[in-house]
Amino acid sequence: MEKNWTEMNADEKQEVQFQKLLNPKDPEGNPLKFQSAEAQSNYKGSINRIKDAIQLKKIPDRVPVAIFPSMFPYINAGMTVEEAMYDYDKCTSAFNKFIEGIKPDMNIAASAPGPGKFYETIDYKLYKWPGHGVAPEHSYQAVEGEYMKAEEYDLLLMDPSFYFRNFYLPRVMGALQGFTMLPPFTGILEMYGLAFNFIPYALPPVQETYKRLFEAGAEALKWAMAMGASDMYLKSQGFPNILGGFTKAPFDVIGDTLRGTRGIMMDMYRQPDKLLKALDALVPIMIAMGVGASQQTGNPLIFIPLHKAADGFLSNEQFKKFYWPTFKQVLLGLIEGGCIPFPALEGSWTSRLEIIQDIPKGKTLWMVDQSDIAKAKKTLGKNACLAGNVPSSLLKLGTVQEVKDYCKKLIDTVGKGGGYIMSNGAFFDEAKPENVKAMVDFTKEYGVYK
Amino acid sequence: MAGKLVKFLSDLQEPEALDYVDKALAKGDDAMKILGETQEAMAIVGKRFASGEYFIPDLIFSGELLKQIVQKLEPHLKKAGDVKKRGKVIVGTVAGDIHDIGKDLVVFMLDVNGFEVFDLGIDVPVQKFVDKVKETNSTVVALSGFLTLAFDTMKETVDALKKEGLRDKLKIMIGGGQIDDKVRTYTGADAFGKDAMEAVKLANSWIGGK
Repeated sequence: MEKNWTEMNADEKQEVQFQKLLNPKDPEGNPLKFQSAEAQSNYKGSINRIKDAIQLKKIPDRVPVAIFPSMFPYINAGMTVEEAMYDYDKCTSAFNKFIEGIKPDMNIAASAPGPGKFYETIDYKLYKWPGHGVAPEHSYQAVEGEYMKAEEYDLLLMDPSFYFRNFYLPRVMGALQGFTMLPPFTGILEMYGLAFNFIPYALPPVQETYKRLFEAGAEALKWAMAMGASDMYLKSQGFPNILGGFTKAPFDVIGDTLRGTRGIMMDMYRQPDKLLKALDALVPIMIAMGVGASQQTGNPLIFIPLHKAADGFLSNEQFKKFYWPTFKQVLLGLIEGGCIPFPALEGSWTSRLEIIQDIPKGKTLWMVDQSDIAKAKKTLGKNACLAGNVPSSLLKLGTVQEVKDYCKKLIDTVGKGGGYIMSNGAFFDEAKPENVKAMVDFTKEYGVYK
Repeated sequence: MAGKLVKFLSDLQEPEALDYVDKALAKGDDAMKILGETQEAMAIVGKRFASGEYFIPDLIFSGELLKQIVQKLEPHLKKAGDVKKRGKVIVGTVAGDIHDIGKDLVVFMLDVNGFEVFDLGIDVPVQKFVDKVKETNSTVVALSGFLTLAFDTMKETVDALKKEGLRDKLKIMIGGGQIDDKVRTYTGADAFGKDAMEAVKLANSWIGGK
């Protein structure tokens, strides 16, 4: 008899997740029809290659290769970022063409641009996007601020969902103003007094907020259908989407979008105990976010972009006190839940490598940007698969030969003995298409393990 | 008790530093003298950052302390601005890019190292750099950018300065997330830096006076 999910250990859960990936289903739940036997074998070949690279148990048949673009597929197709955000068909067809043209082992789907009209409907204030603060041809960019105030830690700690709904979200989404008037759900207890809790839903601002939510939801669904169709199409052509969802390190949750860089750094001095408590409180929430997404998508890789502890951002003492303990707990919780955490070390993290190597072996994948890659291989690489390190500047400004030379060096050093996936180091908008293609083609040719 | 504020501020002791300033002003100490001590303290902060003893949170917190002290001193200062500066540097994040964390750190470090800094902010149009160079006769320009699009707007900014005949008397540095020597060559800048300390080193070597 098959074991129940809750009875499985992390290895068994991971294997179940990989089997799901290897045997994709169509939207009706039937086995997906591949376009050809070759497409099917390419698809499975890619997943097994990535699996071997991540697990560090056996050396894959060759170095897997992935391209993680930001807006490149759309800009390269001759459209503006604005078009990619507002015309979902144009967006997905550009992405499909991009993947079919370069044929990487894994892709991250066409979801990077996101639905422009949806952001308008919710009146999103956390980012500027084309036509809303940045030029049509440029990517969206975050607007940092203290969206959570210094004195609000107690509120956040008492009930994070209530805090998000009534305070944080209405500040970053204009359409959610009505939420500020809602009572907490946890006051809804028994017949006596029950109706009082529902009075706010009669108020015009609350009703307006719900109206906008319905509209936003409909737009999000429309976009998701286009994304799903593209994903299905690419899978049937033999190209796996390997991204199962995303979550964040607790320190970045507070330092990126709640208190902001400046705010969290003030808190490290003025109210370190409250900050530490809030970081602890976010651990189960961030684990549940990743595990939930991977259950929903049937895909174990959970992306975790890492920001506010790159070299220089914190001292190693500060890192060990404020960043690493709760981030490590999130990693362990995800692994326990059958996920493969996929953190991206954005910028350079060379000074942290010795600390972060202390993780279970063969359970994680790390995207490396500008960290010392040789040192990363010797430290973190003992326990984890590494990806990345091809610089954005090389892809945009270098020659094909320079790209090949760089990839050769990576395959010879980081690729040695397995545990490496060739990829770019940072998400990029602009590059010479021939350089991107050369990365993939050269790896397929030179990266074969003998 | 000269030197006490220098220690409180450079050791990032907020209540002690603010309390000291309040008491000093109450007993009639010269605000200019207190301001001088804060400058001495900030120079120490800068040195500690350069030597790897302090990191970005410490730098940002010291800036916050300084801001509070200056606010207390302001009503007592007769006239500011007679502090002698070592040279002028124009700093900004180039057009199309709105990232400011790195740029702000560079501004801060140049400032505490005694340069007169003109911070043009983010998403700065090419023409604004040109105008500011003409207006201030600054000899150093620092361009910041986080995105790949910044490679092009940095290049456009350098080209515009060239076209205006300003390039020869200027030194231009660039910095930000994906900036390396390849990007430097492409943009036509003189140098690139990986962090705020390298910006100070470059400004020191170009402007000198120390």
